[in-house]
Amino acid sequence: MAGSYRISGQGRLTPAKTARFTFDGKAMTGLAGDTVASALLANGVHLVGRSFKYHRPRGILSAGAEEPNALVTVTRDAARKTPNVRATVQELYDGLNVASQNRWPSLSFDVGAVNDLASPFFSAGFYYKTFMWPKAAWKNFYEPNIRAAAGLGVAPDQPDPDHYSARYAHCEVLVLGGGAAGLAAALAAAETGVRVIICDEQAEFGGALRFEKGAVIDGQDGWNWAQATAARLAAMDNVQVLPRTTAFGYYAQNFVGLVERVTDHIARPGRDEPRERLWQVRARRVVIATGAIERHMVFANNDRPGVMLASAARTFLNHYGVVVGKTVGVYTANDSAYAAAIDLKKAGVGVAAIVDLRDNPAGPLVDEARALGIEVNHGRAVTSANGSQRIKSMTVQAKAGGAERTIAVDALLMSAGWTPSVHMFSQSRGKVAFDDATKRFLPGTYAQDCVSVGACNGSDSLEDTVAQSLEAGANAARDAGARPSRGVALKVEASEGWGGGMLGSGPGAGADTKVKAFVDFQNDVTAKDIRQAVKEGMRSIEHVKRFTTNGMATDQGKTSNMHGLAIAAEALDKDIPQVGLTTFRAPYTPVTFGAIVNHARHGLFDPTRKTATHAWAEAHGAVFEDVGQWKRAWYFPRAGEDMHAAVDRECVTVRKAAGLFDASTLGKIEVVGPDAAKFMELLYTNPWEKLEVGRCRYGIMLREDGFIYDDGVVGRLAQDRFHVTTTTGGAARVMHHMEDYLQTEFPNLDVWLTSVSEQWAVIAVQGPNSRDIIAPLVEGIDMSDAAMPHMSVREGKICGVPTRLFRMSFTGDRGFEVNVPADYGRAVWEALWAEGQKHGACAYGTEAMHVLRAEKGYIIVGQDTDGTVTPNDAGLDWAVGKKKTDFVGIRGLMRPDLVAKGRRQLVGLKTRDPRTVLEEGAQIVENPKQAIPMKMIGHVTSSYWSANCDRSIAMGVVAGGRDRIGETLYVPMPDGVIEVEVTGTVFFDEKGDRLNG
Amino acid sequence: MAKLATATRNPALAGHSVGGHGVSLKVLEPASRMSLRARPAAVAALSKALGMTLPDKAKTSSNKSGRTALWLGPDEWLVIDEAGGDPVADCASVKGLHSAVDVSHRNVAIAVTGPNAAATINAGCPQDLSLAVFPVGAASRTVLGKVEMVLLRTGEEAFRVECWRSFSDYVYGFLSEAARDG
Amino acid sequence: MLLIHCPYCEEERPELEFRAAGEAHIARSTNIAAESDEDFEKFFFIRSNPKGVIFERWRHIHGCARFFNAARDTITDRFLLTYKAGEPKPDVSTLSSEGGPAAWANRPPDQLNEKPKAKRSTKGEA
Repeated sequence: MAGSYRISGQGRLTPAKTARFTFDGKAMTGLAGDTVASALLANGVHLVGRSFKYHRPRGILSAGAEEPNALVTVTRDAARKTPNVRATVQELYDGLNVASQNRWPSLSFDVGAVNDLASPFFSAGFYYKTFMWPKAAWKNFYEPNIRAAAGLGVAPDQPDPDHYSARYAHCEVLVLGGGAAGLAAALAAAETGVRVIICDEQAEFGGALRFEKGAVIDGQDGWNWAQATAARLAAMDNVQVLPRTTAFGYYAQNFVGLVERVTDHIARPGRDEPRERLWQVRARRVVIATGAIERHMVFANNDRPGVMLASAARTFLNHYGVVVGKTVGVYTANDSAYAAAIDLKKAGVGVAAIVDLRDNPAGPLVDEARALGIEVNHGRAVTSANGSQRIKSMTVQAKAGGAERTIAVDALLMSAGWTPSVHMFSQSRGKVAFDDATKRFLPGTYAQDCVSVGACNGSDSLEDTVAQSLEAGANAARDAGARPSRGVALKVEASEGWGGGMLGSGPGAGADTKVKAFVDFQNDVTAKDIRQAVKEGMRSIEHVKRFTTNGMATDQGKTSNMHGLAIAAEALDKDIPQVGLTTFRAPYTPVTFGAIVNHARHGLFDPTRKTATHAWAEAHGAVFEDVGQWKRAWYFPRAGEDMHAAVDRECVTVRKAAGLFDASTLGKIEVVGPDAAKFMELLYTNPWEKLEVGRCRYGIMLREDGFIYDDGVVGRLAQDRFHVTTTTGGAARVMHHMEDYLQTEFPNLDVWLTSVSEQWAVIAVQGPNSRDIIAPLVEGIDMSDAAMPHMSVREGKICGVPTRLFRMSFTGDRGFEVNVPADYGRAVWEALWAEGQKHGACAYGTEAMHVLRAEKGYIIVGQDTDGTVTPNDAGLDWAVGKKKTDFVGIRGLMRPDLVAKGRRQLVGLKTRDPRTVLEEGAQIVENPKQAIPMKMIGHVTSSYWSANCDRSIAMGVVAGGRDRIGETLYVPMPDGVIEVEVTGTVFFDEKGDRLNG
Repeated sequence: MAKLATATRNPALAGHSVGGHGVSLKVLEPASRMSLRARPAAVAALSKALGMTLPDKAKTSSNKSGRTALWLGPDEWLVIDEAGGDPVADCASVKGLHSAVDVSHRNVAIAVTGPNAAATINAGCPQDLSLAVFPVGAASRTVLGKVEMVLLRTGEEAFRVECWRSFSDYVYGFLSEAARDG
Repeated sequence: MLLIHCPYCEEERPELEFRAAGEAHIARSTNIAAESDEDFEKFFFIRSNPKGVIFERWRHIHGCARFFNAARDTITDRFLLTYKAGEPKPDVSTLSSEGGPAAWANRPPDQLNEKPKAKRSTKGEA
């Protein structure tokens, strides 16, 4: 047998299919189909971890996703370490490596357990109250040390080598949960032919049928029926069956997030298999069939390993064939624990006693337990579980008090009743309502197109569950557009019915006691902590929750919320609904970052955009810089050159001979239609109507507030056609801005906009030799100064392919920009390069481009402007059409603050020492001797070493700057004050002769 | 002057293809493309000039002799010509109000084919790609992961993905990654 | 992720294809240069930011690329109506922000534990 606690003839696993695993380095054997929890229990291991705050020994509470205690680390290899895995969820595979967490040096001897002895100091709100002074100590001392001592597993320290995938999916009916309710609903919906997706967090469908032995549906044992039904659904073309898939988030308009665990249960996953798959499902209707979660009893030391939910013990027996002890006790306020006791007794386990808090439990299960010879105590309570690393005995006392009796047990099964799992309903923004008769919150008012069925909807019998689920499934399908169908009938022939339950702390853990009766196991919150929160003034459950951290662990209080609420309500002397239920939020259970990020890693994190000449630049040694998503050649260092040397050489070469520059990333918009000029008049400050065909103009675009939004050279290709360029970074938003005005403010204009940014590769050829380089390759264009003056555009051919040839300059030297269809960009560049070699040209990058334009005082929007700069501020008033009666921003420019004196204006800055290069962003002051904080009157926007000027050059915005030309101002820096002279913005060739040079 | 050598064409990702689980990707040959905008009154004349009917319903396309017109917006079509034609030239003589702009080099096309084609695209496209909702011939501008694309269903198990040239690395990379998970 | 009905595409599309573009029905003056400071302030800076129904502009930027208008409830996030740019602003009183088909599964608290009968309301069928 795989484990001495495995009982032959029990459970559904195959004894021959063994799987070896290790726990804290110790080799053990389990069976295929086991979870880590069932495999550990089969090997007699109950002590699985240490608690969060007190480092108390902890075992396995549940057999499912609600597990708060048994959190382990699963390690595949050095990079694949997953902390905080619920042992009750992780499936066993051969070679699985599991380790306990939150203990040092070992699980059985843990130094941190001293916290348990010191626990009077660790009560609710302890951290808030204790670690307040001095303030700085929180960040530097208290928090790091608390975090080191507390906390759960350790995060992996290597990049995650697994891959994760994602899929958007659509269906008419999405069913959350694959128990009897979900399967019935899915079947009814699927039979109509609509698309159905059903998911369940377990490896197999069946839900509570996993442990409920007494169910018979359509002549089959309940579990077998569930397997057959799941298989039947999986075989249907219109159904997607997703096991191991948790619905973690319910968002607007029936958008539900699911995580499918694809390979966590496989020993050697295939290379292409994702570890997890994120499903983002949009469903017309959602059927919520999430079942109910059993609650524990709240009494002293109820966290001792071996103390567990009755349904869990029953699951371990009936599904995994594992007994959780040799002599078990039962403590309950609910019938379902009897069923567990009966099953264990029949399997040969000693049941020392059932302790029922109720005064007169009755019904067939009670009768059966008695008939089997099990001692049933009613009106009594377990007041303490005794033992440390494993329960040894339970102390039993009458509710009213009196003599104590100690009964030896090695496991204690408990049930305080069942909490309907309304998490998904609540996440859908539905409002829960409290049913006073059964003391539970149930779905009340729906906010979305969904319906709850089965135990999560308060159904207590399998007959009701199946009936309402069939109807809900059929209704959901019909509402989602299904054609009428013959329907599905299911006959529930036998089932179990349970009643009872209690909320809050049991006897012996009342307000007058100091015992540790845990409400929230994962966050170590006791009944006493909750009462203390109330005593200290917390009135709302939202405050109690935050003060105590009850329900705030990764298990989201699945077992603890209702107990915490009841204890708070009792302490406040209020009804439960008056205290309120906290809101459930996504995720239902923890979701990996991998699943959320999925494909968006490495190269797919963000698009990397490359121009047509990228490979050429790479081959010629370019260093690239990121400009938004673009990779742009920054500079082209030659052997032995650093960046400074390369940029100096490129700058000098362009002015001396010529340079080639890839300007393809500029935004380009084709504006076409009879009203094209009229539209341009409205969107740009400049006049356009009179611009001749074949000529270009530098345009400025404002926002309505009057500030510069973008700029660029615009060429008129025809009366009704403009070729507009934008900044690289502005391409998308300028298009959006233009479309906005066209569609919503000026919809009567007959004009259309088309983005051609990527249609054209743009090769700037600048410098005195530029024409000589281009001309031999061009057909059909007269490039003489007379025929093609500065700021003109011609269409023709270059290297046999179409070109839009602009004569324009961003360097101040004679220059051209050659536009060719992008796929020809590389070849035309190479042809120009070859010609260029005859004329001493170089390739230059964005850094030289910046320096060259700064030498001429040309601005870069976004560098020399920052969204608060007007054309006048930038010295570009000449580009604003004075006779125009309308353009976007015309009214904004008249705002009092925009015409006030003393605005910051763009000026040139020359350092007294020409070798000193200012830092961009540095602040400018009038008097460097004034007290700190100094009055800052401006800042440096652009600053470079200019080889052509043989000195540093800079631009900046300075209050009243143009009136200060000739003045000396100061730039205080950490290592001294730099003296600067305010100048004009043109540093090179002030007359502009070189444009035709 | 010596006769100039005509520049060779270097399309992005030329010749790339990859197989996945139940899906294959193939970067398609260059095609002529036109972004066409028009007032309703001009549509009939433009259809005539193009030798096909421009679709007037959202999310549809029409196809004739190697030329496909995709409805992208109420006055916007993407015309793709794979038969060596020049749709911009064909529209040049139409008098009605319209804008015809050559965008042949702006886009790169990737064929996604196979039983898992829709699932592969759905790794990053949030639209419902079932045959009932996105039938053969359906066309739409939409998103794939972090970029925009134009999607055309060319067969029950075949799609044409069009994206801008500089996004083609991303789109091809994204689809290749998604194709691993058939 | 919301589903938004595009009045041009005539179907609901995922929010990822859209971009919000601020409050709707704020017309730019045809003689904006002559506008008073007060009027320009109202036009450019002042927005209603209501709790409840808001009229706002959206653009189906990664779809048909059209701008359109929407009436949305800022409390529930529910879109009450979308309509083409240029169409008149609908009367708020005619827009019901009350739940649509979701109401079909509702049960009053006192009937929570009654034998299940999926109740249906007649209104608000999708």
